[in-house]
Amino acid sequence: MRSFSLIDLVSLVYALQWTVLLVLLALAFGAPLALLLATARTSRFAALRWLAAAVIQLIQGVPLLGLLFFFYFGMPVFLDLQVPALVAVGVAYTLYTAGFLGDIWRGGIQAVKPAQWEAGACLGLSAWQQFRHIIGPQALRLSLPPTVGFLVQLIKGTSLASIVGFVELARAGQVASAATFQPLLTYSLVAAIYFALCLPLTLWSRSLEARLNGAR
Amino acid sequence: MNFQQLWRYQDQLVEGTLITLALTLIAACAGLAIGVLGAALLRSGSRPVRLAIRSYIEIIRNTPSLIQIFLIFFVLPSFGLKLPAFEAAAVALSLYFGAYAIEIVRAGLESIPPSQIEAGQCLGLTRWQVFRHVVLPPALRNVYPAFTSQFTLLLLGTSLASQVAAGELFHAGSFIESRTYRSFEVYAVICAIYFAMVMAFKAVFAVIGVLAFRWPVRR
Amino acid sequence: MALVEIRDVRKSFGQVEVLKGVSLDVEEGEIVTIIGRSGSGKSTLLRCINALETVNSGTITVEGQRVSTGMANLRQFRQRVGIVFQAFNLFPHLTVEKNITLAPLLTKKIGKGEARALAQDVLGRVGLTDKIDAWPEQLSGGQQQRVAIARCLAMAPHLMLFDEVTSALDPELVGEVLKVMEDMARQGMTMVLVTHEMGFARNVANKIVFMHQGKVWEEGPPEKLFADPRTPELRSFINSVK
Repeated sequence: MRSFSLIDLVSLVYALQWTVLLVLLALAFGAPLALLLATARTSRFAALRWLAAAVIQLIQGVPLLGLLFFFYFGMPVFLDLQVPALVAVGVAYTLYTAGFLGDIWRGGIQAVKPAQWEAGACLGLSAWQQFRHIIGPQALRLSLPPTVGFLVQLIKGTSLASIVGFVELARAGQVASAATFQPLLTYSLVAAIYFALCLPLTLWSRSLEARLNGAR
Repeated sequence: MNFQQLWRYQDQLVEGTLITLALTLIAACAGLAIGVLGAALLRSGSRPVRLAIRSYIEIIRNTPSLIQIFLIFFVLPSFGLKLPAFEAAAVALSLYFGAYAIEIVRAGLESIPPSQIEAGQCLGLTRWQVFRHVVLPPALRNVYPAFTSQFTLLLLGTSLASQVAAGELFHAGSFIESRTYRSFEVYAVICAIYFAMVMAFKAVFAVIGVLAFRWPVRR
Repeated sequence: MALVEIRDVRKSFGQVEVLKGVSLDVEEGEIVTIIGRSGSGKSTLLRCINALETVNSGTITVEGQRVSTGMANLRQFRQRVGIVFQAFNLFPHLTVEKNITLAPLLTKKIGKGEARALAQDVLGRVGLTDKIDAWPEQLSGGQQQRVAIARCLAMAPHLMLFDEVTSALDPELVGEVLKVMEDMARQGMTMVLVTHEMGFARNVANKIVFMHQGKVWEEGPPEKLFADPRTPELRSFINSVK
C-alpha cells in the first residue's frame, strides 16, 4: 500500500487519451453509419424503413456492456481469427453510436415539415438534392442539441471499455484505487475529470436547444 | 458455436433476470419519487435548495453510472456504511434515475399552459384539485415518451451493477461464462434476454399509453 | 347597491399603469359591454373583477364582498362569478361532459347521475346536447366556446364575464356564440363583456363603457353613445370599427 501521489494523477490523465480515442473512433465510423440509418429509416421504400428500424431497435435494446462483450468475444467466432481488442471494442462503440445517432437524426429529418420536400420538388430538385440542400441542413439544426447530448452519453459510455480491460480513464481509476486504497479520492477524481469533459457539452446542448425553441 | 451447455444454467439466468427486474423497478419507483420531489422543490424551494438540486442533476448527468456505482459501493464503507452489492446498486441507480426524472417531471409541468391552471382556478377548484385534475393528466401524457425511453436506459443500465457483483442478469452471465468458457454464446443469450425485456416493457408501456391517454390531441 | 361596484381602481404591470382610476357600477340583470382599443385596459379590468389580478389601489366589491386575490373565500366567490376566455381553455383530456361536471363534482359534491343531468341541461342551453361525449379537440372553435360557456353555467353563477370570447373564432362561427350569449341576456343573467362585436354591443347591451388609456372615457346606453359620442376618441373609435 502506498499513498495517492502525482504518479496516480498522471496515470489518470494519461488514460484520458484512450477515452478520447474511443470517442473519436466511435464518431468517425458511427456517424456515417448513423446517417445511412437515418435516411433509410425515412426512405420511401418500406423494406428499407423496416430494416433500419429493426437495426436501431436492436442496438437500443441491449446494454452497451452487452454489445461490448458480444463483439469482444464474438469477433473471433464470426471471423475465425483473433482481432485486436481495439477493433472489437471499436465495432461495438461504432454500432452503439450509429443506433442512437441514427434515431436522433431520423427525428430531425421527420421534424422538417413535409411541405419543404414538396417545395424542393417544385423547384425540380432530385430527391438527393432535396435532402442535401433543403431537408438536411434544417434537420441538422433541429437535431444538434440531442446530438451533443448523445456525445455526453458516449463519453460516459467509454468508461465501460474498462470492463473488457482497456486502461482508459475508469480503469486507470480502478488501478489507482486498488494500489492506494483510497477509493474516495480516486473515484472522485475520475468522476471530476468526466464531469469536466461532459459539463461544457451538456451546457452547450442546452443553450442550443434554448436557442432553437426561441427561434420557433 | 454451442449453446447446449448453457441450458444447465437456466436457474441462474432466471434468477439474474428477476434481480435485474427488481433492480429496475426499485430504481424507477425511487427515482420517480426523487423526480416529483425534486421538481416540486425546483419550483418552490429556496435558492440554496434549488442550487443543491441543480448540482445533483448536473453531477449525475455528467459522470458515468459505472463510477457512481463504484463510489457508492467502495466509498460508503469508509464512512462506516457498508451496503451489500444489490443495495448499493439500487441506491446508485435510484440516484441516477432520479436526476433524469426531475428534468422529465419539470418538463411535464412546464408543458401545461398557465391559462389551463387559470381556467381551473376560475371554476373554484383548490390548488390540489387543479394540479390533480387539470395539470397532471396532460403533463403525464406530454412526458410519457421521455419517461419510457429513460426507463429503457435504466433497465439496460442495471447491467453495470454486475461490476460490483449485484447478482443481476449480466453478473449471472459472467458466472456462467466462468464455468463454461462459452463467452460468446453466453453474452449472445444475455443480450437476447435484455432485448426481450426491453420489447416486453415497450409493449406494456404502449398498452398503458393507449388506455391512459385516450383524448385526441392537435397535431 | 349595485351587484358590482368598482371604485377608482388602479393597476400596474411593472412600470406600466394599465388602469388609471376606473369606477363603474354593474346592476343586477344588466348587460355591460366594455369597448375600446387594445391596450386600453379592458381585459385587465375584467380579470380584476374575478380576482385573477390584484388591484394596486381602489376597491372592487361584488355582491357586497370586497374582491382581492387574497380574499378569504376566494374559491366560493369564483364559483359565483363565471369567466369565459378568448382561448376557450377547455381541458383537452376531459370529454365535454367531464369538462362541465368537474367543478360541480369536486366543489358541490353532487352525484354522478345528477352531474350527467346537469351537463345535459347546460348543453341544451348552448344547443350542444349531442356533443356531450365528444372530446374538445373534435369540436369546432365555436362549439368549444359554447361548451366553455356551458361549463360556467353549470356553476349557476350570479355574474358572467366574457373576455373577447369571439376574437379567436373564424368569422362564420361567431354568430352561434353570440346567439347563445343573447339567450343568456334574455334570461336575465348579469353579464360584463369585453368585445369587438359592435352589433352585439348595440343590440343586446344595456350599457356601453368606452375605455381609453386606462380610464372609463364615456359610458351610457348604446343608442345614445353610438349616435352621439361626446369625445373625439370615441368618435374615431366608432368610425374605425364600422
